[in-house]
Amino acid sequence: MADIKVTVDNITVTVPEGSTLLDAAHKAGIDVPTLCYLRDVNEIGACRLCVCEVEGARALVAACVYPCTDGMVAHTNTEKIKDYRRKTLQLILSDHNQDCLGCVRSTNCELQTLCKRYGVEKTDYYEGAKNEFEIDDSSASIVRDNSKCILCRRCTAVCEKYQSIGVIGNNERGFETYIGQAFDLPLAETSCVNCGQCIVACPVGALHEKDATAAVKAAIADPEKHVVIQAAPSVRVGLGECFGMPIGAEVEGKLAAGMRRLGFDAVFDTNFSADLTIVEEANELIERVTKGGVLPMITSCSPGWVKFIEHYYPELLPHVSSCKSPQQMFGAVVKSYYAEKKGIDPKNIVSVSVMPCTAKKFELGREDQDANNGLPDVDYALTTRELGRMIDEAGIDFINLPDEPYDDPMGESTGAAVIFGATGGVMEAALRTAVEWITGQQLGKDLLEFQDVRGVEGVKEASYKVGDLEVSVAVASGLANARKVLEMVKSGEKNYTFIEIMACPGGCVNGGGQPLVPSGIKNFIDVREVRAKGLYDLDSDRPLRRSHENPSIVKLYDEYLESYGSHKAHHLLHTSYVERKVNDDHE
Amino acid sequence: MKVSNVPFKGTKDQEAKLLEVIAKYKDQKGALMPIMQDAQEIYGYLPYQVQKIIADETGIPIEKIYGVATFYAQFSMSPKGKYVVSVCLGTACYVKGAGALLEEVEKQLGIGDGECTPDGKFSIDVCRCVGACGLAPVMIVGGDVYGKLTPDKVADILAKYE
Repeated sequence: MADIKVTVDNITVTVPEGSTLLDAAHKAGIDVPTLCYLRDVNEIGACRLCVCEVEGARALVAACVYPCTDGMVAHTNTEKIKDYRRKTLQLILSDHNQDCLGCVRSTNCELQTLCKRYGVEKTDYYEGAKNEFEIDDSSASIVRDNSKCILCRRCTAVCEKYQSIGVIGNNERGFETYIGQAFDLPLAETSCVNCGQCIVACPVGALHEKDATAAVKAAIADPEKHVVIQAAPSVRVGLGECFGMPIGAEVEGKLAAGMRRLGFDAVFDTNFSADLTIVEEANELIERVTKGGVLPMITSCSPGWVKFIEHYYPELLPHVSSCKSPQQMFGAVVKSYYAEKKGIDPKNIVSVSVMPCTAKKFELGREDQDANNGLPDVDYALTTRELGRMIDEAGIDFINLPDEPYDDPMGESTGAAVIFGATGGVMEAALRTAVEWITGQQLGKDLLEFQDVRGVEGVKEASYKVGDLEVSVAVASGLANARKVLEMVKSGEKNYTFIEIMACPGGCVNGGGQPLVPSGIKNFIDVREVRAKGLYDLDSDRPLRRSHENPSIVKLYDEYLESYGSHKAHHLLHTSYVERKVNDDHE
Repeated sequence: MKVSNVPFKGTKDQEAKLLEVIAKYKDQKGALMPIMQDAQEIYGYLPYQVQKIIADETGIPIEKIYGVATFYAQFSMSPKGKYVVSVCLGTACYVKGAGALLEEVEKQLGIGDGECTPDGKFSIDVCRCVGACGLAPVMIVGGDVYGKLTPDKVADILAKYE
């Protein structure tokens, strides 16, 4: 397509034909406020915050949907525009619950930020009807408070477009419009997979995770309880953002220190159980390959993905690895191996996790996730944001914390584990182990990195010659992409050996529990890439980069689990799945 | 929009017709509206069970179907009663007191406009001018026209249909 020249605020830029005025403004490095627009997610021209003046145009135009023409001259910040934006914000506030002080998004709310920017100070510009809504807290993961919703539709766009689920949408019309589920079913009774991408997209406080901090704090305060915490790989490249550090800042050591200062009795690393997952999963893969099991095998770490396949492709469930996720493996080992080693009654252990994920809150309550006499493997899952709030509330100066190590015996990990947080990371970690086990030869440093499966692309494919085997793999992130891969498996178009699927686009670094980045930043940079880079850097700096080399894992098998895929390992580390419907039968 | 709690009484025959409609439109872009219109033609309304069939067969999320159903006034999620009670709210009827008449009908039946009694006997549908302004205010019950009404006559009229 031909390039055209556009002048925005006296800066002339060249953009491809078909670009919008907002694209041109971004090219010129100008941030135009957007409440409904979110790059790659939503562009519907509804919120009217991105209005700009185009010379010769009859009225103000919505930059996010206004097509550029050659020679166009536009202005993004005149007094007229500012007045218009101010009025729009006042109108939004006229039907908005302004309980800002107690709001989970206060100081990180896009609406609040814009009201401040444009000098919207009073809260009662327009008196009139107000909608009243009930809070939907039926879900284990996600809470919706429509009194704070501004109807931007980012959440519905991400649910339908990225995740191909569409369990939330617009109901009714005009002033009565609200975002909800069909027939006002509670979210928990739908095929919602709890991925939390709706929360990540929400500009305001209408969506947030179900808070578990109170229960965790109560457990810490209880002297009877031995409270342990595990932190997932992606938390260490997210948490810093809660304290104003740059996006993707690596805070592995500060994270351990912060959790310790909160009073957890032991501070562990989910990386340990990521390594454990890899040895169990690689072992399962090799068994399936050599013994004629169901192939392709598909990963099972992402609870959003697992619930998705249960609802949408239950006939493919035999393809899913029986391995529990790292969170759940960790919990099962804490209440058995660790409890025995420490001489603690597992009933007195409270097993907490901090995850980049909202679906983990659902996962811990699933069936067959209670390997030790019916005790839940994990009691509470916090999101990265919740841990950030706890650290903030405790008055801990996070930025200036020293780097501290994780506790033994479940604090040691390899580079293979830390990359779990990026799409393709589990695949790469599994390949490192599986290839060495199959060939019996160690991979050289240059062969250790499987670059083909890295990057934020939605679907990635690669083929490797491993000994006599031709191993064909696929990696998908975002459930719409997962659907594409599954359709190819179903139709027989592709013959993969192993598939990695993560529910969230870009993998866990962009999970529904990660710190929220306002659209003003997300419209310019790809947060997924920046955070993932932090993980790959950690990997390349690690002395050990293969899961099966983790000395603590080797010890765990020697002392307790006996061998990969042993009876005991199966009991503790593997699980089963259930078939679910997309739309349940209702009377 | 009011969603009825009247038990669903769809038949196999109706379902077969709906599946035929869906098959006709399958893979056609923008087919949701015509499918929903035909479905309403077949069942008289669009309860959960009908929207579920459309969702399961087309792969369109049921929320999307519900969103469309609640957006357009042409779709109803409440069945028509055995006797449809139409209270005219046209100009002439309105100035002659149709508002109070409707209130009385709603009170007597315990349902609002667009709803159906749990026993499936009556539903209320307000309408705009039936062309009998000389008889204002007018109400039609199961096809029978009643004119020059006052609220105190409503109970007796409805009792005829018990």
